[in-house]
Formats: sequence, C-alpha cells, structure tokens
Amino acid sequence: MSPTDIGESTEALGCAHVWKRFGEVIANRDISLSIARGTVHAVIGENGAGKSTLMRGLYGLHSLDQGSVRIDGELIETPSVAASIKRRVGMVHQHFMLVPTLTVTENVVLGDEPVERGMLVLSRAEQKLIELGERLGLARDPALFRRRVGELSVGEAQRVEILKVLYRGAKILILDEPTAVLSPLEVDDLFAVLRRLRQDGSTIILVTHKLDEVMGLADRVTVLRRGETVLEVETGQTSAAQLAHAMVGRELAKSVRTTRQKTISPPTMRLKVESLSVRRSDGSLALDGVSFSIAAGEILGVAGVEGNGQSELALSMAGISTPERGRVRIDGQDVTALPVIARRRLGMRYVPEDRHGRGLLLDATVEDNFLLGVQEHYRRFGFVDRRRLEIDALERTKALDVRPPDLSAVARTLSGGNQQKVVIGRELAGRRDIPLSTLVCAQPTRGVDVGAIEKIHAEIERVRKDGAATLLISAELDELLALSDRIVVLFRGRIVGELEDFDQFAAGELKSRVGALMLGAA
Amino acid sequence: MNQAGNRTLERIVPPLWALLIALGAASMLIASIGGNPHQVLGLLSLGTWRSGYGFGQVLFKATPLLFTGLSVAMALEAGLFNIGAEGQITVGALAAALAGATLPVGTPHWLAIFLCVVASFAGGALVGGIAGILKAWRGSHEVITTIMLNFIVRAAMVGLGGTIFLRESVHTRPVIEAARFARFSQWLSPSLFKGSAVNDSLFLALLVCLLVWVFLNRTTAGFALRVVGASPGAAEAAGISPGRVTAWALALSGGLAGLGGCNFVLGYKYYYEDGFSGGVGFMGIAVAVLAFGSPLALIFAALLFGTLSQGGLAINAVVPKELVDVLEAVIIFAVAGTKWPVRRMLSRSSSKISSGEKT
Repeated sequence: MSPTDIGESTEALGCAHVWKRFGEVIANRDISLSIARGTVHAVIGENGAGKSTLMRGLYGLHSLDQGSVRIDGELIETPSVAASIKRRVGMVHQHFMLVPTLTVTENVVLGDEPVERGMLVLSRAEQKLIELGERLGLARDPALFRRRVGELSVGEAQRVEILKVLYRGAKILILDEPTAVLSPLEVDDLFAVLRRLRQDGSTIILVTHKLDEVMGLADRVTVLRRGETVLEVETGQTSAAQLAHAMVGRELAKSVRTTRQKTISPPTMRLKVESLSVRRSDGSLALDGVSFSIAAGEILGVAGVEGNGQSELALSMAGISTPERGRVRIDGQDVTALPVIARRRLGMRYVPEDRHGRGLLLDATVEDNFLLGVQEHYRRFGFVDRRRLEIDALERTKALDVRPPDLSAVARTLSGGNQQKVVIGRELAGRRDIPLSTLVCAQPTRGVDVGAIEKIHAEIERVRKDGAATLLISAELDELLALSDRIVVLFRGRIVGELEDFDQFAAGELKSRVGALMLGAA
Repeated sequence: MNQAGNRTLERIVPPLWALLIALGAASMLIASIGGNPHQVLGLLSLGTWRSGYGFGQVLFKATPLLFTGLSVAMALEAGLFNIGAEGQITVGALAAALAGATLPVGTPHWLAIFLCVVASFAGGALVGGIAGILKAWRGSHEVITTIMLNFIVRAAMVGLGGTIFLRESVHTRPVIEAARFARFSQWLSPSLFKGSAVNDSLFLALLVCLLVWVFLNRTTAGFALRVVGASPGAAEAAGISPGRVTAWALALSGGLAGLGGCNFVLGYKYYYEDGFSGGVGFMGIAVAVLAFGSPLALIFAALLFGTLSQGGLAINAVVPKELVDVLEAVIIFAVAGTKWPVRRMLSRSSSKISSGEKT
C-alpha cells in the first residue's frame, strides 16, 4: 500500500452491520463502527454487552455471522488474524498470552523469530525492543528484556504484551480491558504510554467498563448494551453520568453508605486476628505479624498493591491455608486450626478472589452452584433437599437480578458479572440455622460491570447492617472508600497504616494518603 | 434450537457415528483378508442378538462390564482415572467365592446372596481404597498406583493359589447352593436362554446403576464427589476436603468393580477361577469413556461391548476372533475423534438456523 492511500482515508478500522450469535444469545446485533486514525476510541458496556466479542470479530479471532470489516479503507471479506497482522492491527488480550519460562525478548519474537543460518539471533531484536521501549516510555530499563516473564509484575507483563504487538509493527491497537488487573499507579503509567502512542500516530481501541478511564483518555466513545450500539459520541460532548446511563439503561443509585458508625457500643469484636504470619510456598513471608479486629456491623477495608499479602490473608481467614504463627478468633472462639467447613459452621462466609478457580463450578448448573459451600445446610438424611434449594436459589437470583434467571443454565455461559452475582447471592444469603457472623470478601467486583457492582455493594451493605463483621479486600480504592468503616493498608505483608473517620479528610486527600501508603511511604 | 436438545444430540451422535466408522473399517479389514464382510457381520448378528443363546450370552457378558464401567465412570466424576478395575474385580470375586464357600449350608438364600455381594464390594473397595489413601495421604497418582495394584493382585493370586485352590485345579471350593444367583433359563424362559449363563446379577447391576445415579445427583456426598472432580479449588473453598473425598471415592469405585465378580462367581461357575475376568476390568474403561457420564448410555455401551465379545466367538469360524478386538479399538478411537467435530457441526447448524430466522 502506498503512503498516498493512507492519506486519503482517515479511517483506520471500521465495520458495518456486524452480527454474531452464540447459540441463542445474540452477542453483536447489527453493529457499525468507524474509528478515525490517530485517535483513542473507547468501546464500553457492561459485562456481556458484546464488547470483547466485537473486538475478537474485528481482529479475526472468530468468524462473523454477517457484516464486513474495513482496515485502512480496505474491505476485508473474511477477517482473519493473519490478515489483521499483515495490515498492522494488533490485539492485547485481557488474559496475557505469554510464556512464563521464557525471557521478555523471547516472548516478543515468539512466532516470528529472527533466524540466521538456522540459528536464533536475539541481539538485533533486543536492540530494536530497547529503542522502542525507550521511545514510548514502555521500558526504560534495558535489563527488563533479559528477565523471565514469570518474574514480572502484572503491569510489566502487560507492557510486554503491548511491546510484542508494536514490535510486529502494529499501528492499530486493540486493548481488551487492559486495566482490569492493574493498580491505580500502573493505570496512570499505561495511559501515559497510550497517549504517547497516539501522538506517534497510532490508533487505539480501548475496551473497558471503567468510565473514568474513558473520560480521561478517549477521543470518542461507543457504548454497547446487550449487543447493540446505544450511543456513539465525542468524549468532550458527554459526561460520565450520561455514559453510565447509556451502559446500564437506567439511573444508578448514588452511594451505598450514607452513614458510618464511628464506634459501636459496646464494641463486640466478632473477628479478631493476632499477629498472623503466613509463608508462601517459596518460603518468603506473605504476611508478617498482621493484627486487626472487626466489630459486628463493621467493614474493614484492606488496601494494597496486588501481591502484598492480600491473597494469603483471604485464604488464611477462610481456613484454606494454615498460618505459621498467630491466632484467628470468631466470636471469641479460636478457629486458627479449624478447617473451612468448621468455620462455615460458625457463620463465616467467603467470597474468593478467584471466581473461576474457587468460587464456582463452571460446568455445573446455577442451581448446583447455589449448593456449593452450603451443602450441609441443604442436607436432609444425606440427600440434597432440592426443593428448598430451588426455592432459595430462585429467590436469590431474582434479588440479585442474575441473567438469565434460569437455574438450569450452566455457569460458564453466564457473563462475569452474573457469575459473581451467583457467588455473592450464595455466600451472602441469610440463613436461619447459621446466621452470617463474619464475611471474608476478596475482590468482590473484579471484572464486573457497573450494574452488577451496584447490586453487589448493596448486598455487602445489607449483611453489614445485619451485624456481620466484614473483611473487604479490594484492589479498587473507590470501592474500599465507598464501603469501609476503616481501611488498613498492606505493604509487603505488614499493615503499614490505618485510616478511619474519613470525613476529617478533604476530598482527594484520603485517596492520596492511601495511595502513598500502598507504595510503602510511611 | 434449544440447548438441552442440542446437548442430547451431542451425546448420542458421536457413539453412533463411531459405530458406523467402526463397521466400515471392519468391513474393509475383512475384505482385505479375503473374507466376505456381509457374511461375517451376518454371522456376528446371528451369534448375538438373533439367537436366544447368543442374546443371553450378550447379557451375561454385559453384566460385569456394567459394574466395571460404572466403577470407572464414578471415579471420573471425582476427577480420578481408575485403571485398577481389573485387580478390583479379581479381589471382589475371590472375596465373594470365599464368603460363599464358608457360609453354613443352612443359610437363607437372601442372606447368603447379601453377604456374598457385600464381600465382593468390600474386596474391590479394599484394593481401590489403598490407591485412594495413597493419593490423599502422599499424592501418589492414582493411574500409577491402580496399575501397580493390578500387578500386585495378580502376583498375590499366584501366591495364594496353593493355599486356597482345590487340589490339582485353579479354582476355589464352590459356594453353597443358597449363595447362587438364579439363571434366566431356570425361571424366565428355559427355551429362550437355554444354555446361557445370564443370571440375576444383571438385575443387581441395573439396580446399582440406578443407585449410583441417585447417589451422584441427589445426595450431598455425591455432590461433594462431583465438586472435587469439577474443581478441587472450589471444593476447598466450600469446605469439602479433596483428599478425603478422593480416598473414599476410589474405595467406592473399587467396590463397584468388585461387585462385577458376582456375575461369574455367584451366577456362572459358583467358584473363583484364576483368570476368569478376561480383561473386563480394562474394557470397563472403554465402556465408561463411550458413555460420557450418562448412566443410560452406560447400559448401551456395556451391551455393545458385550455384543462384540460374544460376537467374536460367533465369527471365529470364518475370520480370526481378534477382529472384534480391532473393532473395539476402532470404536474407541472414533468416539474420541468425533466428539469435537460433532459438537462443532451441531453448533454450526444451530447458528445457521437462528440466522435464517433473523434475515
């Protein structure tokens, strides 16, 4: 293609009348898009709105039922990954596609290895990568390229994904939920990179469900809802509120908490943790003498950059991993040595951060998923009381608006938000025989859309009002600030700060304080 | 197209497809060794479903396959691969035979049967349980341990033979009259099943099929077993100990295989005989894989393999009976190979149908 061709068309990527169905579900319904060269175009929508499906279709990862794709003004009859790469389109996936045991350079050249006389030559590729990383601010330290991907942080791994795409010469980048796994600072860094890329003339398509990201970065935004385009607008001519309304199709409730208890009188501490230490399998200390207590009707938020002991804290609270030292008490009873089932009998409920690995049975029905972890509750003479289970599960799916409202649906076919609603619906359900005493809630809204977040937060608030002691671990600072009574900050396995009585802080000050603590600045 | 209908099709189509492919391959093979496929397949059907004796023998051979198939299928539900059904059925059969031979002669029929059946279950469960405990306690992989247990059982039988077998023979003392299952030819239709060894242990097999289905789908213990099979991580979070469930699931699986020994010991020869099983333990794996976890399909799969193993004898006059071994292998390959293509075909046709509605 000659440079003049590029000059004539201002469209980098486009599609017309795209349809895509999966069985009965219409994921994309007659979607047309046109993305101008050199812009950041955001595609937003709730989970299950069809964003990822559309992007995968445009990139050629799956076939379209109907419709056509244009790249640089050229009509692509049958989109394929090969055709996309050839026309310098690159996609960065939500889940990293890197080989952990290979170095960064090896990962980048994988599939297109520079070979001379039958031998792999990495030096030139590395040189090119160092230049690229330097220019875009993606990697200022050349040593990065010699490190193994398995040793990198999530944020670094993501940069490698972006570098990989740029190394192949991509000028049009599709980023599918790039910020889902990043800490706030890493998000800022990523956005700086994306701005530089835009200056460089690249076109960026950003798939997300976070509105502040859209407002802060995108030039233009397309909102999808249930597979259809419901709004397409310049970012300058809209507001976060309008976008949220378009995404969900209705107004969102403002904030869950309006009042916070300062002190509970008399202070009945339901969950007490004393100098808890947990070792990782590699021998390093994940938690190093952590102590806290949570009163009835209180939510303690745990903030921190991922990997500072939050996962281990949740697992040891739930009873899955045993601590090396320390004590855990529920309502005064020492549960340190008790297994999960015994803690559950004391009214502990657990929302795992790993929804697919621990929270759900993906290939089982929604009904069976409502039995998981509460199988004892529905046991009658050794049998499962299916009638009672069905009644309760139906009530909970209705209360949380799980879609589709079908108990025989297989969990895997539900969108992420609806899967999480099932987990929340089950764990936070009121049960007369064992009332909820303590809730261990890890990343309750990770990868979940706005509408579902609203429902999930309302549920957490409901059990708090009912007197539960809640340990809320979240990577979303806004979530912690909206729900918690107090916040502790974890850094390298220690609690490095505690904040309460949020009203004393000016707007923004609280957030920056927590942010500083998260980085270990005392 | 509705999802449930699609899922049923996904279950039914691959085995049928596999059967067709296998018949095609067998025909070519027969032709290639100079036989007449039409004649051979005719003989095969005549020697099985088209004669009373043959049909009876099909049922007789399907009976232990139901048990071993069920054993493997149950372990698969728990995410475990039980290769040890052969050793388990051996010990189960021996236990039933010893129990039946030691019972006093006056024991009531129902009690004698009950005790022998329990003994066969316990024998199989013992062998399966060893693998289960090793897995739970030391993490030893069950594929390795169950295979090794097969060898251990084999060797133990050789060693035991001298003390428990009757002089100058490779079998035990016969079980008492009261501990014997009635043959179909004794009460159902003497003319139809004449000479066939098919016996009431077939009903035991069908009953156990039903019980296993109820256990897996209706009880909390069965649910725990399925959870561990589906996701050990989710099991942990739900307060279900994967180790403990693994241990008893393998014991249970071994017990089911052990029950298969009743067909031979209590229904046919009335004693334990060295080498009686003829590989039904291993064939149970094929039955379970073919059935894809559906109990109804398990019955069909057991019947199919029962037909093939009886059919081998029927065609032996014109072609080597090993031909049916080839047939069995082709069926397994074909099922393994058609599962995904069939699923893709179905999803494509259903998306075509719905897009047709739209435009």
